[in-house]
Amino acid sequence: MYISNTKQEKEEMLSAIGVKDFSELISSIPEEFLNPKISLPKALSEIEIYKKMRDLSDKNTVIKSFVGAGVYDHYTPSALKAIISRGEFLTAYTPYQAEASQGLLQTIYEYQSSMCALYEMDCSNASMYDGSTAFAEAVKACLRISGKKKILYSQGIDNRYIEVTRTYLADNKEFVFEMIPLKDGKLDITAAEKMMDSSTACIAVSNPNYFGVIEDIEAIGKKAAEKKILSICISDPFSLGILKTPGSCGFDFAVGEGQSLGLPMSYGGPYLGIFTSKKEYIRQMPGRICGLTKDKDGKRGFVLTLQAREQHIRRDKAASNICSNQALCALATTIYCSLLGPDGLKEACLINNSLAVKAAKELSKIKGVKLKYNQPFFNEFVIDLPLPASEIRRKVSSSFHIDPGLDLGHMGKEFENSLLVCLTETKDENDISLLKKAIEESI
Amino acid sequence: MNDIMKFDNELSIEKSRSGKRGIRFNCPSCETNIPNNFTRKSEPKLPELSEFDTVRHFTRLSKFNFSVDTHFYPLGSCTMKYNPRINEETSSFEGFTSLHPLSLDENAQGTLEIIYDAQNRLCELCGMDDATLWPVAGAHGEYTGILIAKKYFSVKGEGRDEIIVPDSAHGTNPATASMAGFKTVNIQSSPDGRLDLDVLKKNLTPRTAVIMLTVPNTLGIFEKNIKKICELAHANGSLVYMDGANLNALIGLVKPGDFGIDIMHLNMHKTFSTPHGGGGPGAGGILVKRILSPHLPKPRVEKKEGKYFLNENVPLSIGRIKAYLCNTQVLLRAYAYILNHGPEEFKSIAENAILNANYIKASLEKLYPSYSKEYCMHECVLTPSKELQEKGIKTLDIAKRLLDYGFHAPTVYFPLIVHEAIMIEPTETESKETLDSFISTMTKIHSEAMENPEMLKQAPHTMPVKRLDEVLAARQPNIKW
Repeated sequence: MYISNTKQEKEEMLSAIGVKDFSELISSIPEEFLNPKISLPKALSEIEIYKKMRDLSDKNTVIKSFVGAGVYDHYTPSALKAIISRGEFLTAYTPYQAEASQGLLQTIYEYQSSMCALYEMDCSNASMYDGSTAFAEAVKACLRISGKKKILYSQGIDNRYIEVTRTYLADNKEFVFEMIPLKDGKLDITAAEKMMDSSTACIAVSNPNYFGVIEDIEAIGKKAAEKKILSICISDPFSLGILKTPGSCGFDFAVGEGQSLGLPMSYGGPYLGIFTSKKEYIRQMPGRICGLTKDKDGKRGFVLTLQAREQHIRRDKAASNICSNQALCALATTIYCSLLGPDGLKEACLINNSLAVKAAKELSKIKGVKLKYNQPFFNEFVIDLPLPASEIRRKVSSSFHIDPGLDLGHMGKEFENSLLVCLTETKDENDISLLKKAIEESI
Repeated sequence: MNDIMKFDNELSIEKSRSGKRGIRFNCPSCETNIPNNFTRKSEPKLPELSEFDTVRHFTRLSKFNFSVDTHFYPLGSCTMKYNPRINEETSSFEGFTSLHPLSLDENAQGTLEIIYDAQNRLCELCGMDDATLWPVAGAHGEYTGILIAKKYFSVKGEGRDEIIVPDSAHGTNPATASMAGFKTVNIQSSPDGRLDLDVLKKNLTPRTAVIMLTVPNTLGIFEKNIKKICELAHANGSLVYMDGANLNALIGLVKPGDFGIDIMHLNMHKTFSTPHGGGGPGAGGILVKRILSPHLPKPRVEKKEGKYFLNENVPLSIGRIKAYLCNTQVLLRAYAYILNHGPEEFKSIAENAILNANYIKASLEKLYPSYSKEYCMHECVLTPSKELQEKGIKTLDIAKRLLDYGFHAPTVYFPLIVHEAIMIEPTETESKETLDSFISTMTKIHSEAMENPEMLKQAPHTMPVKRLDEVLAARQPNIKW
């Protein structure tokens, strides 16, 4: 369909090659495999594709959603969308040919700088697939560096991140996962301290945690450093417009899901895995890194660097097999950071938090509904309902066209009636009233 | 590269002016519950720019860059084909982009239907039985595929721990094998680039779990013994994994499942025309034979009474490979592309990709001898001629000189088994005019090299920067402002 050769050109090319017929070119393919029967519908025209895709998108329900849990409905600025849809960025290849890719390389350098600034860490790579795979790679780096086998992780980490990490460790039974429990929605630091021992490779926490609660990462970072145990903090980069940073608390690795910096939710992706570390671990970083250097005339320029860590050089000794990453998503978040700047990001964080505070207050007024944890939170919080949350969610969704939050029944029996509710700057006070009314009438 | 625009590489942070802002929010009553000891102590060092500053900064950067829209990329193994715009527009419909990955299944019927239908169509196209579209990149797919094999053997109670990889393989293959806890057994290819059956037989042992193969191989040659290889593997109780990076040569022409392949990955950003985005996001996809279905990653997309749903209850699955489903928007693009092709149109992709590659090979091999003497599939591997090598000309010099003429460099120094390799994949979407222009440029570069080799060794001459000091970059890493 997107082929430009005409019939006549094809004949000219065949004759230049010196063959009579195309079939001579594929004579190395055994006859028995050629011309298989393929039962597929006939090709659609562009108009038909447009209509079909429109129909399919209409089969999804566009709904006012208060679901967060690691993926957030933030606003994507128009300028961001305009820049990343430019063909020069959209259709470019990986910048291995540095001289012909200075624009892209500079954006990667600016991305790494922005992530280091947000997390207050020394180094960032050029991106991973998503938050969960970035986390898994950080755990693997800690296992390599420490040579130890026990992974301590907070119950406040999204369980999917732990599942992905298990998958990334190829289900190797040598490695032990131990969960540190929460106490009133927050990491139990006393319990954590007891669990840290000489076999511990790393301790991993999430801030805010899965339930929206802000953790005392300063105390956790300090404890890990005292015990000389490597530490990983998962932080929502958006929240770092206001919250305490992993870097300032001494964490060795800090990772996060970059979706919250202006990427659409798109039912799972593409998102962005942010991977940062202290500088002593730069050679343990997976994936591409862009560095600043000079050209032959001494002029400033950018290249992909420290490539000896990567699969195309090290092959089976590489730190990771990652090749394609999420470059365009990294560019999007770089633009997002440039548009908002430090003040804009802080302002956006405050709006998120104040709307969440307001919503928590309003929803707690409903008879039979109460806040599960009495802790400061960022932009999401858990409420306990008088009925199973999954029932209420379905009811609210079908009757009011609102997705009121995530039902947490999958977290265990004590969460059966719990709903995780998220507020971002895309919502307003009127939406809070609608949500309150919908839940009230569905109980 | 860009005559009308002066290149400067001032960073956004250097353009920053205190108090500027690209977007503002209305903040009605900012009541916060965050205690002071939980807030950051210093502002992040991010640029302060207006929206206009930001748009101009990034638009200018976009100009100092090659891309498929603006330049020909004869990049072997990467399939840099045209990225149709209908894919972009339709994948961005709000119904798709506003959907949270933890939405109720009943609110996600459209996207679930697409994933389900895409899986079925891809299986039909490749002669496989089942699929997962969760992997977000080729390497992510490879890892998923190898874990599926690992799970298969562990369920059978077999502790096989070796994976055979030919020396011509992509670097991701051995990296994946070792990441999954396997030992890589590298085997040497025969002089024609194919797998040597005798060498293979010697290395097939009860420890062999998988043979990883690229078809066609990285020399652009079809593995004509593929059926025999699969039979040998199966007789040994091993599985055969096909790296699908080169599927553009086969699509619609043959079905890899017919060869006896057990597991293969797809690269949506290669064969199925989704844009590379400067290095990503891509989308992978794994196709398997029926026996391996139970081990596909969770959740599974299933259909019951006309409704689609995500099934999380998959006891023999390898588990979750990413927190939230897949690079969905990339798959939507690939799906639009699939809709645009019936069996005949798919076949013409492979035919034109093969024709274009052979045309380049035939036109250039006098000056740049081909490693293989056979007709190639979708890509060919050339080398600098003896006379060029005598002038001290390296492949890198030719690659850099091509940039001056507005062509992206081919893939160079890969596959590793070819000394000074120049690997060219034109794809089916490039026109004969473009190929002719590339051929005449390569011819011109050959004469330049003969007359003035020094000039080539200094190339490129017209890019925003000259050759860059990579040693300095690695020795004193400067990776942030």
